[in-house]
Amino acid sequence: MNATAELSAKTGAPQASGNGRRVPWYLYLVGGLVLVSVVRIISGANDMASIGTLRAALISAIPIAMAGLGGVWSERAGVVNIGLEGMMIAGTLGAGYFGYHYGWAAGLLGAIVLGMLFGALHAYATVIIGVDHIVSGVAINIIALGMAGFLAETLFAGLPGGGPTQSPPLPKPPTIDIPAIYEPATTLQEKGWPIVSDLASVVGAMTRNLSLATVLALLLIVFTSWLLWKTTFGLRLRSVGESPAAAESLGVNVLRYKFVAVTISGGIAGLGGAYLAMVASPGFQQGMTGGRGYIGLAAMLFGNWMPGGMLMGSGLFGYTQAMQLRGGGESLHAVLLLIAIVLIGLAAWGFYKRATRRATINLVIGLLFLVWYLTTDEVPEDFTGMAPYVTTLLVLAFFAQKLRMPAADGQVYRKGSAG
Amino acid sequence: MSWAKRIGLNLAAPLLAMVVAMLIATLILVATGDDVGAFWTTMLSWPENRNLVNILNATAVLYLSGVAAAIGFRMNLFNIGVEGQYKIGTFFAAVFAGAAILPGYLNTVATIAVAMVSAALWAGIAAVLRVTRGVSEVISTIMLNAIASGLVGFLLPKLGERTGVSTSTKNIPEGSRVGGLALIPDAGTAKIYGLALLAIVVGLAYWVILNRTRFGFDLRATGQSETAAVASGVSVKRMVLISMLMSGAVAGLIGMPVLFGQAYNYGTSFQTGIGFAGIAVALLGRNNPIGIFFGALIFAFLSEQGNLLNILAGVSPDIVGVTQGVIVMSVVIAYEVVRRYRNRLEQAAVAEQVVATTGEAAR
Repeated sequence: MNATAELSAKTGAPQASGNGRRVPWYLYLVGGLVLVSVVRIISGANDMASIGTLRAALISAIPIAMAGLGGVWSERAGVVNIGLEGMMIAGTLGAGYFGYHYGWAAGLLGAIVLGMLFGALHAYATVIIGVDHIVSGVAINIIALGMAGFLAETLFAGLPGGGPTQSPPLPKPPTIDIPAIYEPATTLQEKGWPIVSDLASVVGAMTRNLSLATVLALLLIVFTSWLLWKTTFGLRLRSVGESPAAAESLGVNVLRYKFVAVTISGGIAGLGGAYLAMVASPGFQQGMTGGRGYIGLAAMLFGNWMPGGMLMGSGLFGYTQAMQLRGGGESLHAVLLLIAIVLIGLAAWGFYKRATRRATINLVIGLLFLVWYLTTDEVPEDFTGMAPYVTTLLVLAFFAQKLRMPAADGQVYRKGSAG
Repeated sequence: MSWAKRIGLNLAAPLLAMVVAMLIATLILVATGDDVGAFWTTMLSWPENRNLVNILNATAVLYLSGVAAAIGFRMNLFNIGVEGQYKIGTFFAAVFAGAAILPGYLNTVATIAVAMVSAALWAGIAAVLRVTRGVSEVISTIMLNAIASGLVGFLLPKLGERTGVSTSTKNIPEGSRVGGLALIPDAGTAKIYGLALLAIVVGLAYWVILNRTRFGFDLRATGQSETAAVASGVSVKRMVLISMLMSGAVAGLIGMPVLFGQAYNYGTSFQTGIGFAGIAVALLGRNNPIGIFFGALIFAFLSEQGNLLNILAGVSPDIVGVTQGVIVMSVVIAYEVVRRYRNRLEQAAVAEQVVATTGEAAR
């Protein structure tokens, strides 16, 4: 019992920051809200936090968050999962086939099952055989891409509205609409008041045409944090990713836990694919995942392998993607100011903490962004497309050292290594 | 272990993988009700000379891509960004060559250098992030791939010129182009790219550097045991930086045979996906200079034959993608299984020797 308690202490909540107290997550949200509000008013880019933008951001964020959640499941059990992209592709295909023939619920389920199949393949290769995790993931992505291309032609080519690279329009999961809330929220948002209007935007975006699949996805994230951090099952699963030898010496069936975690990871990524095909777009399209599996992985890194942080990361990436969809050259231009403020703020904090070198770097880059903001009126269209990826790189470059991944992540474990 | 046994074990894995891939492809075709017989006769027929030239050309290009990926793999550095580096390298090379600053083949040589340097710098971003900020190169190179597409998309209209509906860079002047080699008779106009020879040069250089230089030794040592390498005085950060730059430089070469031998500019004819295929080819060939050649040959053969599938067998060529993926997956599984089997054989052999020399004392 004592050993279990110790393990729990070691594997528990990772340190959020290098020194000092842990900042509660809701403070980040409040801070973000104030910041967006300020930037919106200075720049006059009102579409930046409109209900429409936030709705689009939510819809863009969910598939990324599902890939990220799959990543949390897999990597908490110590298996790196580059194959999330392929599992997501399998999900889009499953949603296309089962959704068209048997309705939206079967579409979601079919996507999950197909994702789990590829998850199980990854688990077999990495956990049972002991293949390098990245290598297996790369192979999974190649297989899934080819499979989706081949089967799409076979399954959808003859259907009305379908073609060799796309499915017919798919049924959508039911939506939740609460006019009593979103109507006043809309009027409030249009006033353009600081903070209050931005908050109203958030409320409005969550009560208008909210897809059941969105609710399901968000619940799944909450459920995962409960399951992995509050139950015995979760403790064992995480122990397998931190110190498999110790876990095995305590009688945990390491390989079984890893296998289950990676298979579930695939199922969740598959669900993300279904969301993409059935909610975010009218139907399956070849190549529609567009690297979201990888961005989900980046969101998970951003969130320090925690579901809550991962969701925030997905929100950030979803937001930049949504702006691209809305042709938001103007909004993205305002984001330049946002980045400049954050970096200059970080620099000020660094000077206060006497970390002069890093602070100077932050200050210089921050000022460059400020100059970019002041000397231009719009960000070129190609740059909006790059925004999510550049954001990911910047975020990783600035925060990678604050992160703590599961101790045995990516290592191959052979049964009996505990000796 | 005897010679025959060692060779047998080395060949067992790839052969096993091919058989599994063939089986799975057959099963999929049966399940979807496609013409399995026509599929196999198309895939396994001996290619015409014209197609043979295409296969060899594709092999050279894939080989370069495979070596680029392998340099990183050798020290457990996953350069997933070969695709982006290849794109950046080819684009800037095409812009430079099209500008025709230098005359004749001087332009060709300088362009090749531009391709290598620009691609290496692009890879260098990931290396610097990894060395100074601890960012995993897997994620950063994936992001850099997407950013490369955006950047080239942004620069192409600015640096290129419009011809009809498409935009491309200026054509390379005729004096700087590299003619094809008519190595295979009766192939019509199809010729082996002159710069396909780059693949041979790179392959030789890769072998020499890896096996005959101190750097190569350090590289392999870092890949096999980082702690041991550090203990013997290897600076891992330096190794990461150098090998990533080298990997990028080779990635820059991937586009050269096509650029100087066929396309003459960067535009819609740019072939995507070669960088990713290179990763698979490197895995297939176990990062070995000769192994990568066979990996590239197999992939090139499958792709070229796959192009005929639609016409001759009525099967979607995407099945080739599945087959290639399955080959990679089963080959890495098979390598692992064989490796364990070999370990067990070696352990048994050592145990026997110990018993033979020390008799009962071995207990």
